[in-house]
Amino acid sequence: MKKIETAKVISQEEISSGIFSLWLENETVAGSAAAGQFVNLYCNNAGRLLPRPISLCEIDREKGRIRLVYRVQGKGTEEFSALKAGDTVKVLGPNGNGFPLDEAAGKLLYLVSGGIGIPPMLQTAKDAASAGTVSVMGYRNADIFLANDFAAHAKCVISTDDGSFGIQGNAAYALAQTAETMMPEIIFACGPKVLLAAVKKYAQENGIPCYLSMEERMACGVGACLACVCESAEVDGHTHVKNKRVCKEGPVFEAGEIVL
Amino acid sequence: MNLSVDIAGVTLKNPVMTASGTFGSGMEYADFVDLSALGAVVTKGVADVPWPGNPTPRVAETYGGMLNAIGLQNPGIDVFLERDLPFLNQFDTKVIVNVCGHSEEEYLRVVERLADAPVDMLEINISCPNVKAGGITFGTDPVATERITREVKKRAAQPVIMKLTPNVTDITVAARAAENGGADAISLINTLTGMKIDVKTRSFVLANKTGGLSGPAIKPVAVRMVYQCAQAVQIPIIGLGGITTAEDALEFILAGATAVAVGTANFFNPRATVEIIDGIADYLQQNRIEDIRSLIGAVR
Repeated sequence: MKKIETAKVISQEEISSGIFSLWLENETVAGSAAAGQFVNLYCNNAGRLLPRPISLCEIDREKGRIRLVYRVQGKGTEEFSALKAGDTVKVLGPNGNGFPLDEAAGKLLYLVSGGIGIPPMLQTAKDAASAGTVSVMGYRNADIFLANDFAAHAKCVISTDDGSFGIQGNAAYALAQTAETMMPEIIFACGPKVLLAAVKKYAQENGIPCYLSMEERMACGVGACLACVCESAEVDGHTHVKNKRVCKEGPVFEAGEIVL
Repeated sequence: MNLSVDIAGVTLKNPVMTASGTFGSGMEYADFVDLSALGAVVTKGVADVPWPGNPTPRVAETYGGMLNAIGLQNPGIDVFLERDLPFLNQFDTKVIVNVCGHSEEEYLRVVERLADAPVDMLEINISCPNVKAGGITFGTDPVATERITREVKKRAAQPVIMKLTPNVTDITVAARAAENGGADAISLINTLTGMKIDVKTRSFVLANKTGGLSGPAIKPVAVRMVYQCAQAVQIPIIGLGGITTAEDALEFILAGATAVAVGTANFFNPRATVEIIDGIADYLQQNRIEDIRSLIGAVR
């Protein structure tokens, strides 16, 4: 039977302003985890009931560890940011489906991500048996994070909203710029809805297979509560209406399945 | 030691069931708990046709609780009968189907479809705060409550539980209306209507603006209402509202509930139901109580 696990905190550091990198150890969670999946992290405070869904940034299956890179958004993530090596935290997962790495095998893969959508792309870049990987990462400003971690696994393209580093514009703009000389054969994207919508449009116009990782407010994180649905183009096989559960059928969807 | 309780001739192996809408039709939580350990599974609301529910965001956390405005999304009675019910029937637990509708006719269509289905009881949701022209319009009007109870009873093949809303001045009026209409039992409380505003964006957190408040934050209100209803009606009461631990469940039983339902706790502890059952058994043993039934309504 599945259960909420207790994970040991290995390390935590603030890698950019308000962005934290947390390494946790739990063999059960790490052992079955795949790129693009997420975990539920639970607060140790009776006032904060609901789990926080956080994507997997890296998976160290040998050591039984996972890395979470998250932004402090509210009280829950603020609590997590105070965790120190040796502390424990309750975690459930891995949850959701993850990116379809098989689809990227032997192809030129573009990982297009923005802001706190960047972290799940790191393990995806590490695990992809692609013919080449380009990671296009969009940030608000020159306060960039994780880009160095990608260097060994992908060609990196960086954009900033304010133009203070790399290409000025969001990651979708940077994707179009970069693709002019190196056309993607498949695209995986994660980030704000406006970015996902732009990436989807680009992929459709150019006939490129595309998968999007969606985000929505969740309660249970296991498919029961129907809080985290996103609109789907067709009637879904589980819900029998035009929406899909981000936590269960997703968070990664083929772009055409989703209405943005 | 006896943990079993009877509601309208249906014997539950223990008094712990799931609260409608927090447990799907059991499929997702079957990975975490043996459904056969539960007194009953109460399904998510089932309507006559698929309902898409409300726009997102549908949930928001509040201190010690949460707001939801799912809007009774469900795949409809056809899919329920073909897929969800056969799944539930594999387990040695009672199946209580929660029925929702926009109109009397819609409720009655579902009740009639369930008449020859392997279902142990029906729970009629006349109290969802998140659907416009939905159940709550029946639940807040005692005349409508009595009438729909009577109409459901005419057609139902199974015992009928009426699920009551706390969003009224006096819940005992609704409880008596359900009893007068022939209800076999009542369940309470559904969620309390609430609201959350994001001061950063100066907008409503929920797309529906309002949502139903559940979780530990509402438990004292629920215990009080169960106690009040226990003094007002003779039919059995299923108590719910913020139950997280065995101690919480025992409070409701002492206040007059024959059985209890666990809802929001499933979201933060998928094993809450079985932990509560074990905790109740421990309590009986430690206090040398032979029969859980001796605790029902024991505090007056």
